[in-house]
Amino acid sequence: MNKPLRRIAVFCGLLILTLLIRDNWLQYVKANSLKDDPKNRRVLIARYATPRGDIIVGGNPITGYTETKGDFKYKRTYKDGAMWAPVTGFVSQAYGANQLESINDGILSGTDDRLFFRNTLDMITGKEKEGGNVVTTLNAAAQKAAYNGLKKQGGKGAVAAIEPTTGKILALASFPSYDPSTIAGGSTSDEEAWAKLQKKTNPDDPMLNRALREVYPPGSTFKVVTAAAALENGLYTEADQKTKTPLPWTMPGTTTVLKNEGNIPCENATLRVALQYSCNTVFGKVGSDLGNEKMLEEAKKFGFTEEQFTPIRTSASVFSEDMNPSETALSSIGQFNTAATPLQMAMVASAVANDGTLMKPYMVDEVQTHNLDPLEKTDPEELSKPLSAENAQILQSMMETVVEDGTGKNAQIDGVKVGGKTGTAQHGVDNSENPYAWFISYAKADDGSSPVAVAVVIEDEKAVRDDISGGGLAAPIAKSVMEAVINSKK
Amino acid sequence: MSSTTNSPTHHTSTIGAIGAPSRRNTELALLVFAVVIPVFAYANVGLAINDEVPAGLLSYGIGLGLLAGIGHLVVRKFAPYADPLLLPLATLLNGLGLVAIWRLDQSKLLQSLPNYVTAAPRQLLYTALGIAMFVVVLIFLKDHRALQRYTYISMFVALVLLLLPLVPGLGADVFGAKIWIRVPGLGSVQPGEFAKIVLAVFFAGYLMVKRDALALASRRFMGLYLPRGRDLGPILVVWAISILILVFETDLGTSLLFFGMFVIMLYVATERTSWIVFGLLMSAVGAVGVASFEPHIQTRVQAWLDPMREYMLSRNGSNDGILHSEQAMQALWAFGSGGTLGTGWGQGHSELIRFAANSDFILATFGEELGLAGVMAILLIYALIVERGVRTALAARDPFGKLLAVGLSGAFALQVFVVAGGVMGLIPLTGMTMPFLAYGGSSVLANWALIGILMRISDTARRPAPAPAPNPDAEMTQVVRP
Repeated sequence: MNKPLRRIAVFCGLLILTLLIRDNWLQYVKANSLKDDPKNRRVLIARYATPRGDIIVGGNPITGYTETKGDFKYKRTYKDGAMWAPVTGFVSQAYGANQLESINDGILSGTDDRLFFRNTLDMITGKEKEGGNVVTTLNAAAQKAAYNGLKKQGGKGAVAAIEPTTGKILALASFPSYDPSTIAGGSTSDEEAWAKLQKKTNPDDPMLNRALREVYPPGSTFKVVTAAAALENGLYTEADQKTKTPLPWTMPGTTTVLKNEGNIPCENATLRVALQYSCNTVFGKVGSDLGNEKMLEEAKKFGFTEEQFTPIRTSASVFSEDMNPSETALSSIGQFNTAATPLQMAMVASAVANDGTLMKPYMVDEVQTHNLDPLEKTDPEELSKPLSAENAQILQSMMETVVEDGTGKNAQIDGVKVGGKTGTAQHGVDNSENPYAWFISYAKADDGSSPVAVAVVIEDEKAVRDDISGGGLAAPIAKSVMEAVINSKK
Repeated sequence: MSSTTNSPTHHTSTIGAIGAPSRRNTELALLVFAVVIPVFAYANVGLAINDEVPAGLLSYGIGLGLLAGIGHLVVRKFAPYADPLLLPLATLLNGLGLVAIWRLDQSKLLQSLPNYVTAAPRQLLYTALGIAMFVVVLIFLKDHRALQRYTYISMFVALVLLLLPLVPGLGADVFGAKIWIRVPGLGSVQPGEFAKIVLAVFFAGYLMVKRDALALASRRFMGLYLPRGRDLGPILVVWAISILILVFETDLGTSLLFFGMFVIMLYVATERTSWIVFGLLMSAVGAVGVASFEPHIQTRVQAWLDPMREYMLSRNGSNDGILHSEQAMQALWAFGSGGTLGTGWGQGHSELIRFAANSDFILATFGEELGLAGVMAILLIYALIVERGVRTALAARDPFGKLLAVGLSGAFALQVFVVAGGVMGLIPLTGMTMPFLAYGGSSVLANWALIGILMRISDTARRPAPAPAPNPDAEMTQVVRP
């Protein structure tokens, strides 16, 4: 009986050996992929196990944390959450994270490799592990002016402001917004708040970051790009040179006459006058004279057709290819398929204000450890050069005329030179939906450099189809944002 | 029994001359480790979770030490030549299991579950009862051959135990498997754990009598000895009962365990490889056949093949009318998150397994908190118990003892394989518990009884042969040549 017994002993040994091999497979070979599986709740438990680092504006945190019940120890809190939501995004125990909270999650939650040294030091000295901070480029006063302006207006809208010389984003507001604090936890009230914010249940779509993720037809504000294309391609070389524009002007290849808004002096108007009064005929004809290709080329130099990473990804602004001359004419006055994010139009104003150089827009100035040691600093970076300095200055003088004498008078600031352009864009089938009121502008310091460029868009039924609504609804907000930036520099 | 002889004088004197040492002091030394290691683990859990040495440390240490001490003293008195490893190994596993159960008791998540009871104090009580059972076996079972008399009663008792969960009003359906009965005043009992031992007694008694017939009366065909048709009877009956368990109690593990144990014992009794071949074929046919129509088994198999899908179904709900469970995936995550060295006692999140985290799935807690190293150590402890059991079978001088020892050890090994393999995703999950580690009175009691019987057999085997009896029974004096 002993021979089979020995075999049984071997068999039992093999059973255990199989288990040992399986265990090695599970806990050695597959260990990391199981451990880091996003569905593995331990990943979330770890994310919320340490006090989350802060997002900082102007030296003050706009975020915080509080302890919660359950297996997640901490949850995020926000100060003025609705105002800052387009910057911070949210981080939620139940719904993950987005925008800066997601992009910089490693730093904020303290798991980034660059924090290894700090964490080790904290462990040795017996301190609790903490996440690092993200320092933004934003300007609290400008952001407040932007958000309050939109809120006062009441309609949907967005504001983007940039420092033209560096590309630092100074303000980024979207309205209606939401307070990410209300969805930061994992409780029933957070679930209810989340459900109320979804587009399905809330047609206002408050979680949409309109400043970066919504494209609007830019309307007449796009004429700045068209003017830049005319100057850059030598179609016209001066602001005060008469253009060859008949009135009425029939679009090439069609029998349709392109209309101006109201009775304005557009026949053979100079570029300056055409911009001042917002002549559709002049810029429509410039567009069709230059052709689709050259217009597209100039639009691309301003950043159209590309997603920007600020580092929050923006939607790509649109300027179409393969259009016939009449479509190109319509596109060149910001209609047809042309569409832009508010940030894109702020970039247009900023490139003009910065003597033709477009800086890459960014909003994270620095990431640091929780005790403020810098880990990474963002340096300003040139994105492109849509205009020569000479042509940029011509365009500046034209835009300044718009504010001094034209449709943009509401943006005038005492003692500061301001250039701008209004716009009203129609949209919807047969223009049935609310038009968009636009205003883009920049302010100039005494030394000729520009501290701020801003774009404002408002969806409002009150906006009638002329440029006065752009100047009436959007320009005051742009003005208050520019003032806030200028005052904070003093 | 090829190496036995009927002329005992020479060999018995040899064994007597060796004067096998009792090894009781070895056992005592090992027991100290088996008590101290869990006490340290207990302190470790308290420090990790509450930043303090748990208040019950002293009483826990003394309790475990006392129980082990009683066990040891009883062994010294009633089974002085028993195997010295079995008691310390079982004590160590039992102690570590208690720590893990206490650790899971501290989890707020588990405390918040409906029907969750604080398990550690109960498990300590079960442990005491288990040791008592062990003591009772050693004191009252003076000679394991006494069990031989109860061969057919055992068969009857085993059948009753196996079928009890099917009695309406008595059986309880836990997550689809019907292997529990509810006894008023006692709570839930898993009769299968006890049936394992009783059935081993029956098989051993039956095969000892029938083995010659089964082994010799066969025809040779394609290199295999084919048993006669009428000798196939018993294996067919056991197979049929296993299939019945599978169909009506929907538990693959119990079914596999009993059939596997029978095949092992049949093979040892007859030394015919053909039985193994038949056994494997029949279990394959049975398992595949039942799985083809039994939805509960199918769900278990699907959860094994694609645990992530099962997890998503459990999370998001499904409308197929089947209760899906995220346990399988949660257990895999627990093992993976433990990695090589584990998170350390009290610092994992194995409570995410929720239901049965401290019983069927307790190995996952060891996997996460003690890591690959800890689980391998625990598996090796099980391997040692099994090999000591088989060693006892080798040393036993009577065929009944041999068969009983190998049956119990084989069943133990199969149970460890089926449970650990299920929790680690090697095979489909079944509703059995890790011996000694898992929370559950039936399991603790039955396994302590099992260790008691093995130690009784090994004591008989290693005891110096008695002085030649005036009228020795041939059966009694058979010895194994070293």
